[in-house]
Amino acid sequence: MILAILKRLLMLVPVLIGITLLSFLLLQIMPGDPASRAMGTRASAEELQAMRELWGLDKPLWVQYLYFLRDCLTGSFGVSIFHKQPIITLVAERLPYTLAIVAYSTVIALVIALPFAILAAANRGRLADVAIRQVFVVLIAVPPFWLCYVLILGLALGMGWFPTGGVGEGLLENLHRLFLPSLVVGLSTAALIQQSLRAALIDTMQADYIDTARAKGLRRREVFLRHVLPNSLISTISIIGVRISWIIGGTVVVEKIFSAPGLGSLLIDAIVSRDLPVIRGLTVFFAIMVVLVNLITDICYALADPRVRLE
Amino acid sequence: MSLLSIRDLRTEFQSPSGVARAVDGVSFDVAPGEIFGIVGESGCGKSATCRSILRLFGGAQAKVAGGRILLEGAGDLAAMPERELAQVRGRDVAFIFQDPLTALNPTMRIGKQIAEVILRHRKVGRTEARAQALQLLRDVHVTSPERRLDAYPHELSGGLRQRVVIAMALALRPKLIIADEPTTALDVTVQDQILRLLRERRDSLGASIILVTHDLGVVSQICDRMAVMYAGRLVESGRVREVLDAPSHPYTRALLAALPGQTGRDEELTPIEGAPPSLISPPPGCRFAPRCALAQPRCREGGPPPLLSRKGLAAGHLDACILNEAADAAA
Repeated sequence: MILAILKRLLMLVPVLIGITLLSFLLLQIMPGDPASRAMGTRASAEELQAMRELWGLDKPLWVQYLYFLRDCLTGSFGVSIFHKQPIITLVAERLPYTLAIVAYSTVIALVIALPFAILAAANRGRLADVAIRQVFVVLIAVPPFWLCYVLILGLALGMGWFPTGGVGEGLLENLHRLFLPSLVVGLSTAALIQQSLRAALIDTMQADYIDTARAKGLRRREVFLRHVLPNSLISTISIIGVRISWIIGGTVVVEKIFSAPGLGSLLIDAIVSRDLPVIRGLTVFFAIMVVLVNLITDICYALADPRVRLE
Repeated sequence: MSLLSIRDLRTEFQSPSGVARAVDGVSFDVAPGEIFGIVGESGCGKSATCRSILRLFGGAQAKVAGGRILLEGAGDLAAMPERELAQVRGRDVAFIFQDPLTALNPTMRIGKQIAEVILRHRKVGRTEARAQALQLLRDVHVTSPERRLDAYPHELSGGLRQRVVIAMALALRPKLIIADEPTTALDVTVQDQILRLLRERRDSLGASIILVTHDLGVVSQICDRMAVMYAGRLVESGRVREVLDAPSHPYTRALLAALPGQTGRDEELTPIEGAPPSLISPPPGCRFAPRCALAQPRCREGGPPPLLSRKGLAAGHLDACILNEAADAAA
């Protein structure tokens, strides 16, 4: 197991070389001069030149790439032109918020999806199943920004139950404050989990070993909790894994509306201000996260299903 | 006195094209300690018959629509509410499924799966249940049983898995064991071992066994009595020797003629022409008539013929052939 994990981590190396190369080259194509963006329109030609030299923008491409590689290896991922700070510091400031949303929204999603998946599977083809499906399809289709505003207007401004955004101090306050953004992210996760879990439950309920379990005389609840549910949940692991990879960088809209500092808005701001090192650094950082989340997903899979071995 | 007495059992399956009467008026008895074989082609309702006894239909939309399933000491299983029937399952009647590769929960250790049935019906602790599971594995001759307790199903061979399934079925010394094609998914050498094991456990525990199979060889090897099923109905039943040596229903004779015998290499096998009829709208009269070489016009009239005893046949040897009925009436 440990050996397999080390092997997988080793496989990160070629992936990272590819990602760094790709993100570096793609950004060279991007229009706009980072130096003039950073200095403003009134900077003189000399000042711009000095700026370019300072950031190494005057060096040949391959030298710039080697600088970038060095920054990645030393863990700073480069220095932001705009913030004048190492990118890893910027990430460290915002990562807690993003991770909080990841964890919180996943818990919310499971709490919503589990009962509705079970209810739908138990009533397959009947009204309850069809109604639940329709509601969750709508949840997938609704644009997040709209849902954000509806929730803010209704629950934050209207009822006054929740703050409209920001980050607070301490666990309890943040559980309260981050509820609405987590709910928005969690609802679409819930819809994905509900659909796949419903299908898995229906599939498992028809498996031969469920008949075996019933033939032992187990009560319905025992058959369900010990045999149907655990085997059905295995396929949910990969859905959650894919979803978490997405949430880490993909919640810009929610972050912006709830005026919260996450990794997504860091990336968007960097793109707007042509902060090349930040864009590059974040791209590599996201790639590492995706690979790590996949690895953790696979480990969970291997732990949950004895037939699966970590390669 | 019979242990199990099934009377006029009717089981319906919902299918997209209508209601299929998979079992349509089946009656038979199983005596204590007897091995009773049910044979027939795929889809004849033999599996549905035995699944009806414990109401285990997998994911299918099926229900017992009529008839009685009288189990000695338990009453009518067909009329029993689900909760009560759950008490009977595993304790009085156990089930062995066809495919040992899919009949065990892939994510649960073997020992736990066997212990589960003991813990459900007996007031014992986990340690005691595990000890009993170990003994059960020894009883079905599983090699290095201590190690197998903590194994997962995929770590065992098909034959070993079927032994585990049998160990599970024997756990509470049930009065009746229903085995639905228990050897079909196994290779021939393992088949033989499993059949011997079943007979050996019957001998030592005194349980009755209903053995469903499409293999007449298996029936002649271990069954005491047998029934032949066709299109949802029994067409012949009796002691195995009598039915196989002197088959009286044309379908049974056709089945035997389609088998390779022991006589010679070059013998001609006679396939049964045509296909079994629809169970949604079966033909009138005898259901085998459309494929029967001997069929007369009167075979295709009226309701399906009942199983009856015949002059010239041994006591307890019954068939459902309209032609034999007429022969009896003429005699």
